[in-house]
Amino acid sequence: MLLDDFMLRATLAAVGVAIAAAPLGCFVVWRRMAFFGDATAHAAVLGVALALALSISIFVGVLTVALIMAMMVSLLSGRGYAMDTLLGVLSHAALAFGLVAVSFVSDVRIDLMAYLFGDVLAVQRVDLLVIWTGTAVVLSAMAWRWSALLTATLNPDLACAAGIDPQREQTLLTIALALVVAVAIKVVGVLLIAAMLIIPAAAARPFASTPERMVLVAAAIGAIATVSGLHLSYALDTPPSPSMVSVAAGLFGISSVSVAMGRWLRRQLGNVLQGHDSTERLP
Amino acid sequence: MPNDAMARDRPRYRTYARTTGKAPTANETAENPKENMGGTPTSLQERHEAPYDLLSARGLTVTFGGETVLADIDLTVRLGRILTVIGPNGSGKSTLLRSLIGAVRPSAGAIRRHPGVRLGYVPQRLQLDPTLPITVARFLSLPRSVPRQAASQALADAGVANLEARQLATLSGGQFQRVLLARALLNDPDVLLLDEAAQGLDHQGAAAFYQRIEQIRRERGCAILMVSHELHVVMATADDVVCVNGRICCSGSPEQVASEPAYQALFGSAPAGALALYHHSPHPPDGSA
Repeated sequence: MLLDDFMLRATLAAVGVAIAAAPLGCFVVWRRMAFFGDATAHAAVLGVALALALSISIFVGVLTVALIMAMMVSLLSGRGYAMDTLLGVLSHAALAFGLVAVSFVSDVRIDLMAYLFGDVLAVQRVDLLVIWTGTAVVLSAMAWRWSALLTATLNPDLACAAGIDPQREQTLLTIALALVVAVAIKVVGVLLIAAMLIIPAAAARPFASTPERMVLVAAAIGAIATVSGLHLSYALDTPPSPSMVSVAAGLFGISSVSVAMGRWLRRQLGNVLQGHDSTERLP
Repeated sequence: MPNDAMARDRPRYRTYARTTGKAPTANETAENPKENMGGTPTSLQERHEAPYDLLSARGLTVTFGGETVLADIDLTVRLGRILTVIGPNGSGKSTLLRSLIGAVRPSAGAIRRHPGVRLGYVPQRLQLDPTLPITVARFLSLPRSVPRQAASQALADAGVANLEARQLATLSGGQFQRVLLARALLNDPDVLLLDEAAQGLDHQGAAAFYQRIEQIRRERGCAILMVSHELHVVMATADDVVCVNGRICCSGSPEQVASEPAYQALFGSAPAGALALYHHSPHPPDGSA
């Protein structure tokens, strides 16, 4: 039957996460929220502990705690604290508390590694349903508020003048971020969710002239990284989630180097042209 | 050099029925757009059926962390008038503007905006994150998308034609300010708010910029609120001047304010000739600026 193959399920799950992460990852990069993504993702461990203690679904537990964490950070960010320090404290505190809490509830022996680094090869059909529903919700929300989100990101005052409430847009991003974390925990795990948000977006930057194109390129890079990472992990027997992130990082490296090369080549070409006809470049 | 004769022939973006949401009256539909170009503020007011006072602050007070930045500000932005807010650095000018657009919540007092009034805002500076790629054309279509033709016309009007495909981040300071102005005008504002909008322009560029502002007021009849510290040029362009230093020191016509002791205490007494030199006449000679 369709979806019987675990590799196919893993691939579909990973691509779903990559697509949901693309628009959000771009906003995380544009709004300098990298630490924010980290803190939200790390809080997810606490959500796992909560879910195990109350024996509710991991997805619900993670979504709840990630949402609370994201809201808290979002509220604090307007108060003039040193944000990077505060987020650094919150992010690692959430991780540490989460790990301690999980150790308390593990009368059933749980594989902590599965939550820290994901367990994409164990994705079931119901997980696929959750992942793709989450992806659809995130994408619809982004599409619905796209112009407002973009305006508020460019300049909050411009947004205000156009009748857009920047705070509201920030809240929407916060909720979407928590949703992506909850969806991605099974695929990439807590520790590397932030990487799947940031790396494809950063790699896409040099190839984009508009925000929309950057999101599309980021989605493509994310999808390529996850699919080839999965196959790499199958072939080399390496852990899947770190393999996917490694491929993404490799793509980022290629993107950065190719941009630098392009710039260098253009300068060389310019010099050559100038050498041939010195009047051509003069104003 | 754009002159008035050229300006008369260009299309307008404004749809007069928008503000009220009513269908245009027979009078409006019968109007020839070309005859509107020199439209006086009064006729625009009639078409709008909007009140004379578009945006006003009453007893506006703003505090940041217990410190009062603005206290008890009263001002009114009127259709077809250029109101200029002047004041030394740190006097709360930008805060005043930002509270008028709703970006700063006042701790006391009220800001009244006539329903349906559309604001065009040109910020003092726009810090662009280098990770965000955006072309001029895309920027002009934020948050509402505009027809390509209207966008290129707006750029041409602002004196930065054919910049559509350029990345916003690669523009010079002056080009950037003009693009910001073009964007604010595309949104077809009833009130245009400019925060030190000529910053980053050289002396000549600033003079041309203010001329352009006056031309916009003449053509569109919208209200304009400017914040600046470039005294002589600004004082010359303004109809009304409010001098702010945490609170309102004095207000009135440029000549009145310039002769106020409170103004002179802040800025010294400007030579009368400087004012006269730059002062606009009601009927500027076409194309000779």
